[in-house]
Amino acid sequence: MSLARRRFTSRAMTALCGLALLLALLPLVSLLMLVISRGAAGLSFDFLTQLPRPVGESGGGVGNAIVGSLSIVALASLIGIPVGVGAGVYLAENGDGRAGKLIRFTAEVLSGVPSIVVGIVAYGLFVVPMHHFSALAGAVALSVLMIPTLARGTEELVRLVPRTLREASLALGIPEWKTALRVVVRTALPGIVTTALLAIARALGETAPLLFTALNNQYWSHRPDEPTASLTVQIFNDAVSPYDELHARAWSAALVLLMLVGLLSIGARLFARLRARGQR
Amino acid sequence: MSTSAESAVAPPVLREALPQTGGVPGRRVADRLWSALLIAFGGAILVVAGVIVFSLGHVASPLLRATHLIDFLLGTVWDPERERFGALTYLYGTVVTSLLALVIAAPVSIGLALFVTEMSPPSLRSIVSFPLELLAGIPSVVYGLWGLFVLVPLLRETVEPFLARTLGFLPLFKGPPIGLGFLAAGMILAVMILPTMTSISIEVLKTVPGAQREAALALGATPWEATRLAVLPYARAGILGAIILGLGRALGETMAVTMVIGNTPRISASLFAPGYSLPSVIANEFAEASGAMHTGALAALGLLLFVVTLTFNSIARLLVRVVTRGPERSAA
Repeated sequence: MSLARRRFTSRAMTALCGLALLLALLPLVSLLMLVISRGAAGLSFDFLTQLPRPVGESGGGVGNAIVGSLSIVALASLIGIPVGVGAGVYLAENGDGRAGKLIRFTAEVLSGVPSIVVGIVAYGLFVVPMHHFSALAGAVALSVLMIPTLARGTEELVRLVPRTLREASLALGIPEWKTALRVVVRTALPGIVTTALLAIARALGETAPLLFTALNNQYWSHRPDEPTASLTVQIFNDAVSPYDELHARAWSAALVLLMLVGLLSIGARLFARLRARGQR
Repeated sequence: MSTSAESAVAPPVLREALPQTGGVPGRRVADRLWSALLIAFGGAILVVAGVIVFSLGHVASPLLRATHLIDFLLGTVWDPERERFGALTYLYGTVVTSLLALVIAAPVSIGLALFVTEMSPPSLRSIVSFPLELLAGIPSVVYGLWGLFVLVPLLRETVEPFLARTLGFLPLFKGPPIGLGFLAAGMILAVMILPTMTSISIEVLKTVPGAQREAALALGATPWEATRLAVLPYARAGILGAIILGLGRALGETMAVTMVIGNTPRISASLFAPGYSLPSVIANEFAEASGAMHTGALAALGLLLFVVTLTFNSIARLLVRVVTRGPERSAA
């Protein structure tokens, strides 16, 4: 092959790989533009605060679904974050033995378990014995999804803490538990907060594990053992319904959901950046 | 990271010195409590895994007791009224859509990863990670919404008629263009697994030593030849791992597929035909299942899905680990 031809091949392949970037951006741009343009039309104060109204009646909103989503995720965080972060610290502190390796591998594998399967698990654990659907069951399902990612993320962050810092603390006679908690974990804390915020954002977007755990509710839910509406399940039900009004509601609810998820992720990143700057 | 074994515990010198210098009895108790607490948290991961398997098996047990495994796996009839349950139709839909997603997404994500790591200026690299994170962060129900109202009409009116005209002689592209079906599900899955596959491929490609590339370039290779001859062979196992990890995600993805696959339990050779997948049937029928047997059958589908994704994920993780951890460890 001549040099000119080889050079041409090289350029052509570069162009082809650049094309892949465009191909990846296309659906993203299309999706974001549509959610914003179609969703913005239905947004109003009422939409964010009112209960859904049946087809044919104008007005109404997804207030209960927003509150429902937030409370299910809050409950899930309450369970998932301590366990996930704790497991991460365990993996960083003594995860090099056989037990540690087993737990790390289990966490990695668990992070790939389909969310709908976790829904069945929560159904078996809560809905069957309690005989009704509940926000609690949904929250447990979401927390199971949060734990493995948080554990792996926390582990990486705790391991980044310089060894000298720990040694300095131990040399000062500070006990190991205090060193781990007040020096090592404390140093890694900003990163852990970022990881936790991202995990919350992911949990907020989950639908499948809520379908038959938290189910749905046309009204406000007052207790964690009641069926509870969520934005994602509401979007799903509206989208697959045959009515244009409900489709419009699905787009607006999707915009609200994207804004909430986006706010959390941007918050996470800003937090990480601010802390990083503060430490310099 | 390679020195983690030492950093996790105090050096032996310190260890021996500690009890003598700080002879406070409460301290040792506190240290013991702390490590017990940590072990409890670590053990929680194993407990969660155990509970998942147990609870799935428990909910699925009515069916598992009543039906032969082979009959269940190879059965094509799904009739809750007569309590006859076969998984094959759904398994078929899951496999076809996931493979299709892989065929579409793998070349794009490898190309994109190569573009980012090998061909673009460093300033572009950090910019590219942003849209990838955005794509990964979009909830799957929103992908489904987009698929249902944008992708499906596009397929029905433009793409499928075009494919039927040009490649219609293949059984893959026969039948009426409905929009909803295997093709729509495969395409939306491709979009959804793209970020995972790309970002892991990028991680893997980053571990290729620079000298590898430079040596090839110094011998007169063009940039593409350096990539093909020196970089890709080095990263092959890791990229394969990234692809299998993407496959694992595609197999278990529920909402977007449920919204565009057409939810018709039928095995068809044509990609235009509507079908059904394992997660979709669980999503659609579980909340309104007609009894313990029906619920059990759906949970058994979940168990099947669990086993399949578990297998693929374990293989993928091992492959990625061999590549990204191996060189680092030996270098240190």
